[in-house]
Amino acid sequence: MDSQPDSPGVATHIGDEFAREPVPPKALKGASSFWGMYAGEHTAGTEFMIGPLFVAWGASAFDLIFGLLLGNLMAVLSWRFLTAEIATQKRLTLYCQLERITGRNLVTLYNLFNGVLFCFLAGAMVTVSATAVGVPFGDSIRMPSFTDTLPTGALWIVTCLAIGAAMTFVALRGYGFVARMGHLSAPWMFLVFVACGIVVMAKLGSTNLFELIQPAAGSSPKIGFWGIVAFSWFCNSAMHLGMSDLSVLRFARKASYGWASAAGMYLGHYVAWISAALLLVYWVREKGVDPATGAAPGPMVWDAVGWAGLLCVVIAGWTTANPTIYRAGLAFQGMFPTMSRATGTLIAGGVCTVASIFPAFAMKLLDFVGIYGTILAPIGAVIVVDHFLADKVGIATEPATRTGTRFNPVVLFAWVIPVGVGLFLQQCYGFPAFFLPLPCWIACGVLYIALSKRVGPKTVLP
Amino acid sequence: MTHVAKVLGLLALAGTVVPPLLFLTRSIAEGPMKLIMLISALVWFTTAPLWMKGGQ
Repeated sequence: MDSQPDSPGVATHIGDEFAREPVPPKALKGASSFWGMYAGEHTAGTEFMIGPLFVAWGASAFDLIFGLLLGNLMAVLSWRFLTAEIATQKRLTLYCQLERITGRNLVTLYNLFNGVLFCFLAGAMVTVSATAVGVPFGDSIRMPSFTDTLPTGALWIVTCLAIGAAMTFVALRGYGFVARMGHLSAPWMFLVFVACGIVVMAKLGSTNLFELIQPAAGSSPKIGFWGIVAFSWFCNSAMHLGMSDLSVLRFARKASYGWASAAGMYLGHYVAWISAALLLVYWVREKGVDPATGAAPGPMVWDAVGWAGLLCVVIAGWTTANPTIYRAGLAFQGMFPTMSRATGTLIAGGVCTVASIFPAFAMKLLDFVGIYGTILAPIGAVIVVDHFLADKVGIATEPATRTGTRFNPVVLFAWVIPVGVGLFLQQCYGFPAFFLPLPCWIACGVLYIALSKRVGPKTVLP
Repeated sequence: MTHVAKVLGLLALAGTVVPPLLFLTRSIAEGPMKLIMLISALVWFTTAPLWMKGGQ
């Protein structure tokens, strides 16, 4: 899990360059940049939450090993054959591409959702870091469990506020230092994840994952094989199906660089998730922890690998929360072009810090990530239709550019209707959020075609 | 200098994952394993910036 690229208008890092124009050939980058970037971005602090949450939800070893294998493959294929294809043919950011279809005003609305969801995601990362920072303070800070949604005490709040403030301060200073730190940390962090898994297997006296990862006796699993396939496919759906990674992959020389996403999926979302899952397996078996209640990542990692693990949790949270705060700031700034980047970042950092003191965002991460994808991914279907299908089904490509409109209601309805139905099902009927992004994405694309044929501009201008 | 930093960096990565493997085979105790991992972390973050490019 991680954050997404940038908003338009501010040239400060790779994704911001050529914000309003196609990337020129001289600015294209080689394959290694993308392999490194994906490997680093998907080994984040939240991976320490996701693996244990699978265990808490009663996933079996078969579900994890083969479900993640298939789900991550689907995610890689989505990046390769949808996002990378459009990115390397158009070479525009998501925002620029959207503006041509939806008009400027709808991009502003998208930025609002994007910015707020970024803040909550960064808040979850700060929460994970706080569980590590709190370890040296012993029992004076009560660590949140999976069932906690509210702050666990005054010291917990102070810890989160301090970390959030520090991360906001660093984000205010720009993106470069944190990006560099994240890049340097990536290989080491991945090995710490692996180390956690190995140590736990040693302590449990078995290397047989099928024997170690089993649902608790008498429990009814909340997630199975297809749930894990869906989660691993759609946890980053805002980036692939949602086309947010157009902003990154437009710098790729070839569409085949989309395969680089496999580095992130199979190192971060496979090996790291399974290793993190083993941490909770150990605490359930040897320390008697109730799997439904779980344990915070900080103490589990501390117990497994000591100070190196705590450092890893803090750095993994920091290097992913920081760019997320920065990018949320850019999203807010994109809504109000007269706002300074510093003001946008301060607002984003403030919202993120307040969100971090509520463990709900981290402890309900499987649900939150599903909702995040359900809201943001469907808009990508509009871009896919516009790029691959518009001519074939007889609707205009880039209609906002053709008509000069700042607001295309067709896109708004195509986006809001399926998302509204999806969120209604999730909130009122408890439908698992991680199953929703794909049906909402397909419905959005179908609605966009149907509504465009009825009320959209003609394919040939008079 | 860069060459030395690179070698130390690679040793630090090895020092992050080899001790847990030795712990798995009961060749090292938990305390020394954790200590080597911490030292390796410090060595990695000292040496990697000297030779590892990218990320800006």
